[in-house]
Amino acid sequence: MSRETIDCRRLLCPMPVIRVQDRVAEMRAGDELEAICTDPGALNDIPAWCRINGHEVIGTRSEDDLYFVTLRVGLE
Amino acid sequence: MSLQRKAVALVSGGLDSMLAVRVIQEQGIHVEGINFFTGFCVEGHTHAIRKKDRDKPKRNNALWTAEQLGIKLHIVDIIEEYKDVVINPKHGYGANLNPCLDCKVFMVRKAREWMEQHGFDFIITGEVVGQRPMSQRKDTMPVVQHESGVEDRLLRPLSAKNLPETLPEREGWVDRERLHDFSGRSRKPQFALARSFGFTDWATPAGGCCFLTDAHYSTKLADLWKSRGSKEYEMDDIMLLKVGRHIRPAEHFKLILAREEGEGKFLQGYKRQYPTLQVTSHGGPFALIDGEISDEELMQAATIVARYSQGRSAEEVTLEYADTKGRSRELLVRPASPEEIPAEWVL
Repeated sequence: MSRETIDCRRLLCPMPVIRVQDRVAEMRAGDELEAICTDPGALNDIPAWCRINGHEVIGTRSEDDLYFVTLRVGLE
Repeated sequence: MSLQRKAVALVSGGLDSMLAVRVIQEQGIHVEGINFFTGFCVEGHTHAIRKKDRDKPKRNNALWTAEQLGIKLHIVDIIEEYKDVVINPKHGYGANLNPCLDCKVFMVRKAREWMEQHGFDFIITGEVVGQRPMSQRKDTMPVVQHESGVEDRLLRPLSAKNLPETLPEREGWVDRERLHDFSGRSRKPQFALARSFGFTDWATPAGGCCFLTDAHYSTKLADLWKSRGSKEYEMDDIMLLKVGRHIRPAEHFKLILAREEGEGKFLQGYKRQYPTLQVTSHGGPFALIDGEISDEELMQAATIVARYSQGRSAEEVTLEYADTKGRSRELLVRPASPEEIPAEWVL
């Protein structure tokens, strides 16, 4: 299992989702990925992408103007 | 046991592609969606930037639609490849800088490549004959099939009965009788079909999802190309065209002024790429300077920025000028009068 962080600051929707999607494609089931974003839409869009693609969101939070989404890669 | 056939659907997030997917799902076909990000897509960017809009509910319509349909969605970044479509459209532009026919050919070609790589059988779109003046006409819809190379593996479920039979219909993968014969610009048949599927919510802009169809945005892009002497752009250029007030006092430079706090914060992210001006003596906008300018032109730029500050009626306004290395100095100017900023400068 690995845990990685991806910097999506200054990217606007849907680029954070694309960055996450492309990174997840290289990861293995059970690995965790945290995306750091400045577009608040990422708090909706990354979890929506996870739900339709079989990945689990294990945490979301915001801190000042930063938004964090952490996911666990699913089986597919 | 028959083979499970698979279709990839171009999902824009609008109602038509949503319906096209459901029509084909109802026939037992496995459908997955594909959505292309060109950089010009209207995806709430201005809401994400502007402070006053940041709390408004916001969703990516393509993702939302995929979730309603229970399909996977693959979002593909085509920003770089798409430049050629915008810069050199073989079939020309529409009313603004929208290369709709070339765009559709390009997206269907990319979907065909994806289909072939992933072992899918055909492509579906939500296109309707006669709905759009450029890309959805009876004479241009076959152009999309031929130039994309997809030929008869492209099925338009909402208009299929108005079009020649496609491979999925001939092979019996889908039943042509259960497809539709929508045509023209009326949306009533789509709304009725949506209700019959139990859909109560859908994104309203059927195709109004691209900044290139917007006259004001196209004016700013045309201005950018003219000032540079070539039709080139980078991602930052097309993002900045969505933000702020753009004022061009001369061919070789323009100012981008934040209109509110959120835009100011967004523009500050470009401090290492553009020299900046910030009004310090009064409430006022943060501004980027796009282009090489002389000291005299810098003072002119400062008077313009001061004009848009709360010190517009003051005798003098102080601004901080900073270059891209962060070296700054103070400027003291008299704000420009309205007459000193001709309307044609404001893009």
